[in-house]
Parts: sequence; C-alpha cells; structure tokens
Amino acid sequence: MSESVMPKPGPTEQAPGKPRSLAGDAWHDLRRSKIFWLAAVLIAVILLMAAWPSLFTSADPRDCVLARQHRGPSGAAIFGYDFQGCDVYAKTVYGARYSIVVGVFATLIAGLIGAVFGLAAGFFGGWLDAILSRFIDVMLGIPLLLGAIVLAKRLSADPQSNGVLAVTVTLGLLGWTTAARVLRSSVVAAKNQDYVAAARMLGAGNNRLLFRHILPNSMASYIVVLTILLGINIASEATLSFLGIGLKGNAISWGIAISEATGYVRVAAGPLIWPALFLAATVLAFIMLGDAVRDAFDPKLR
Amino acid sequence: MFRYIVRRLLQMVLTFFGATFVVYALMFAAQDDPIQALVGERPITPSQRTALTERFHLDDNFFAQYWYYMKGLLTGDFGTSLTNRKIADMLADAWPVTLRLSLLAIVIAATIAILAGVVSGIRRGSIFDNATLAITLVVLAMPIVVLAPLAQLVFGIKLGWFPVTAGQDAGLWQLLLPATVLASLVVATELRVTRASVAENLRADYVRTAKAKGLTRARVIGVHVLRNSLIPVITLIGVDLGALMSGAIVTEKVFNIPGVGFNLFRGIRTEDGPLVVGFVSVLVIVFLVVNLIVDLLYAVLDPRIRYE
Repeated sequence: MSESVMPKPGPTEQAPGKPRSLAGDAWHDLRRSKIFWLAAVLIAVILLMAAWPSLFTSADPRDCVLARQHRGPSGAAIFGYDFQGCDVYAKTVYGARYSIVVGVFATLIAGLIGAVFGLAAGFFGGWLDAILSRFIDVMLGIPLLLGAIVLAKRLSADPQSNGVLAVTVTLGLLGWTTAARVLRSSVVAAKNQDYVAAARMLGAGNNRLLFRHILPNSMASYIVVLTILLGINIASEATLSFLGIGLKGNAISWGIAISEATGYVRVAAGPLIWPALFLAATVLAFIMLGDAVRDAFDPKLR
Repeated sequence: MFRYIVRRLLQMVLTFFGATFVVYALMFAAQDDPIQALVGERPITPSQRTALTERFHLDDNFFAQYWYYMKGLLTGDFGTSLTNRKIADMLADAWPVTLRLSLLAIVIAATIAILAGVVSGIRRGSIFDNATLAITLVVLAMPIVVLAPLAQLVFGIKLGWFPVTAGQDAGLWQLLLPATVLASLVVATELRVTRASVAENLRADYVRTAKAKGLTRARVIGVHVLRNSLIPVITLIGVDLGALMSGAIVTEKVFNIPGVGFNLFRGIRTEDGPLVVGFVSVLVIVFLVVNLIVDLLYAVLDPRIRYE
C-alpha cells in the first residue's frame, strides 16, 4: 500500500515542496475530473429538490383532477398529467424527497453496521474475525432484493404507515456486507504497517491506534463503497415501491409513479418516462461520484 | 482438490443453514396472528384455532418451528399458498420459462462483455475503451424499474421491433427483449472485469514468452490471454445470479412472463405470505447451490485456488 510512505492528513495549507497528504492528493485529482463535477452538480440539484421542492414547482402534486387524465404537456404542466390527473412534473419533483431520505438513512445504518463489523473483524482478528466473517458470508448468501422482500413485508405490516421507516431499516440491515468486507481488508492492511507498530511501541492504546492511525488510513475505499451503496439504495427503494412493498399509501415516490404508469403506457408515456429519467439520473450521479472518488484515491486502477 | 471440495462443502452447509435461518428469522419477526390471516374475515371457533395451531406447530418455540420449516424445504415440501395451491406445483409450472429467460440473458451478457471487454483491454485508453467505460457506468446505474418499462415502451410499443409481452411458452424471439433488459443488469460488471483481467494478463511473463517464441498475435490473445482472463469472469456468474433473480421479478412483471418472478410479484401484491416465503426460500437455495458449483468450477480452472 502506498499509504505507508504518505504522511498523515495534515492542514491543507502547506509549505511548497512538502508532499501533499493522501486526501490532499485525491482532492487535487478530483478537482480535475469532469465526471466528479457533473455528479456534484446533479447531486446538488437533487438535494435542493428534496429539501425545497417548492423552489422548482408551484403546482401541488396532490392536486389531482380526474377530468385532466392523461392530458398532454402544456404551459401549466410541462410534463402533462397522469392517470389520476395529477401534474407529472410536480409529482416527479416531490418524489425526490423520499428517495433521498431513504437512500441517505439506509446508507448511514448500513455504514454504521459495516464499520462495527469491519473494524472489529479487521483489528482484533482471531476467532472474532472468523465468526464475523462467516456471518458476513451467510448474509451474502441472500440476494439483497429477496431478503428485502421478506423483511420489508414484515416491517411494513402496519397499514397506517407510509413505509418510509420500514424500507430504510430493511435496506440498512441488509446492505452493510460489502462495506464491512472492504473496511475489514483495508484495516488488516493498515494494521501491519510500520507506523502502527511505531505508535504501539510508543505506548498507544487500542483506541488510539484504531481511531487515530488505522481508521483514517482505511477510510478511502469504505467511503467509495458507501457512495455507490447510496445509489444502489435509491434504486432498491424504487424497486421495492414498484413491487408494492416499499413506500405506499399517499407517499410520493418515483417507484410508485413508475409502477402506476406501466399500466397505461399505451395511452400516455410521459408519466412513465419522467420519473424514470429522474430516478436514473439520481442513481447515476451517486455511482459517478463513487467512481470519481475511487479513481482519485487509487490511481492504479486507471 | 479433494480437501478443497470437502472444505467448501462444509462451508456451504454452514452458509445454507445460516442463510435459511436468517430468512426464517426475518419473516418470523413481528408476525401477527397467522391464523386470522389464513381464514380472512370469517369467524373462527376455538376448536378450529386449536387444530390449526397444532397443524402448523404454532405453539412450538422459534427453533422448533425453524426445524419444521427446514424439514419441509429439504423434503421438497415448500408449503401451500393462500390460494390453496402447492408451492412446489406452482414452481414446477413457472420455472421453465424463467430458466429460458435467464439462460438467454446470461448468454447475451457474456457475449457482449467478453467481446467488448477483450477489445477494451487490448486497446486501453482508446476511444473505444473510453466509450465502453462511459456506457458501462450508465448501464450500471440504470435501475431495473427504469430499464424494463422504458425498453418495453421504446422497442416494443413505439418502434414495434419486438413483441410487447411474452406468454407461458414464449420462444426465443419473444424473450429476446426481456432477456436483453435482464442482461444489462450484469453486463457492465462482467465487461469491466474482463477488461481489467485482459489488461493485467497482457503484461504477464507467459505472454512475453509466447510473443518471443514467435506466435501470432491472434494466438497469443485468443489462446493465452483469453483463457486466463475468463477465469475471474466465470466466478462472477454466481454473484450475478442474485442480480438476475431480483431483476427477473420486475422484468417478468413488466413483460407479463408467467415465470417464477411473476408469481413472486403476484404473491407480494395479493399479500400471499406463504407463497412469498416459499418462493424466496427456494431462490435462496438455488443461489447458494449455484455459487457452490461456481466455486468448485473455479478450483478446477485455476489450480492456485486449490492449494491456498
């Protein structure tokens, strides 16, 4: 690993001639990546849309009039109206919120579980590593969506809820395995570096070794995995909602919109196309971000 | 080799019980009154309740119930759906079309991935390579709920190139569009792995030796590089199967293919718990068995794995 020769991340302002830190190097590369900027702009727009949808549309997504059913695009509704006579543009803009909420919180849960498993297995090793790694193997034996179908079905049994909590918990509990594996292997690699041995000889305890020395140097690929997982979680939420076990009731979601629109594609394609494009762009943005960050941290792969 | 197989089988037994246990625990958690769910709105007498409780072992503890569930799975008794059909019979009706669909998808994905991956790997940094990388990134990001309905809309309905739906005994032609959609789920990863391993093998010593002894470029790439580069791609098939299963649920629903995924979708929509759990359990077992076979195949193809 190249980390061993790199100094620890220091302040960004450095004297000329001094080598940049690992993170500084990555940021230097990242700033020059077109994919990074494209992804960053897309994500910024989507986050804005999720936080303040009324900035993008003055129409109410729940203001549905059956008389307007499947009416085409017009000045009032640039994407037209869907089967229920709702404004497709307004519904699509408001749909960003739950996608982002579910995606972010599911990824945080998965990241937390993954960090505990990865750090414990990688740092302590031995029998603990053996048990935790076998458990990860077991979890990997269940394809994500199949596990999610069973779990989400159980968690969302309450007909009153809109399913946001159930989907978030489901994706969080099932999606942590890759993050844990990646963190474990980079912790194992970092643990055997000379600077860790040096710190240990200077009398650093386990906590200090783990959080001051090993973790900062093992974060890169873990963060990349989590960024990509965020995209995957958003796609999984849409898929679960499409199948009818994700968001439900009066929740506005791209997955539900796509599912409803597939029944009427012969009559009106707009209500299908727009949420599908927004969903694809959101997932793509996070996967591109992950790709760009990975390239910046690991130039070998290019 | 024998020791490897034994070790792998022992691991498989552990994973098998672990994974089925997790699936069972997931569905067992927070379960409300299953008897009321079974009879629906009708009233139920205490004696009927006792009989049903006894029949389904509802009074037993969690582990005993898991034991009955496993016994059913291992003896081919996957339970009965709420519509009173045997899950095993439903699976028997559904699997042929799903098998055809997924085999076709695997063939399409492998063909594209290997052809484009080898060319990309040889000409790294070329326009073709960069375009392929950009396209795989986009394909990788396309959720199946976007791809399947849009492909149906564009190629089936608007352009009319392909049949819009496929039936029970759909032929190759009817399955081509859904299989391509399904293939797109796995083609990007396969392509990237092929590209990376071709690029790596091109730098290997044995390739230099092959060139040095005057072999033609076609033979060096077609025989020496390709054969060694395909090994990691083959191992992907096992992992990819999970993505294909998930994708098949949405694809079969969109294209109205009455396969395993379509039945599962209908089970979810009609709140048919036993059907969903039965189908998911069988799919998880299939996934585990295929992964075991792929691992054993890997050891056959790559001797380094056997002697780790």
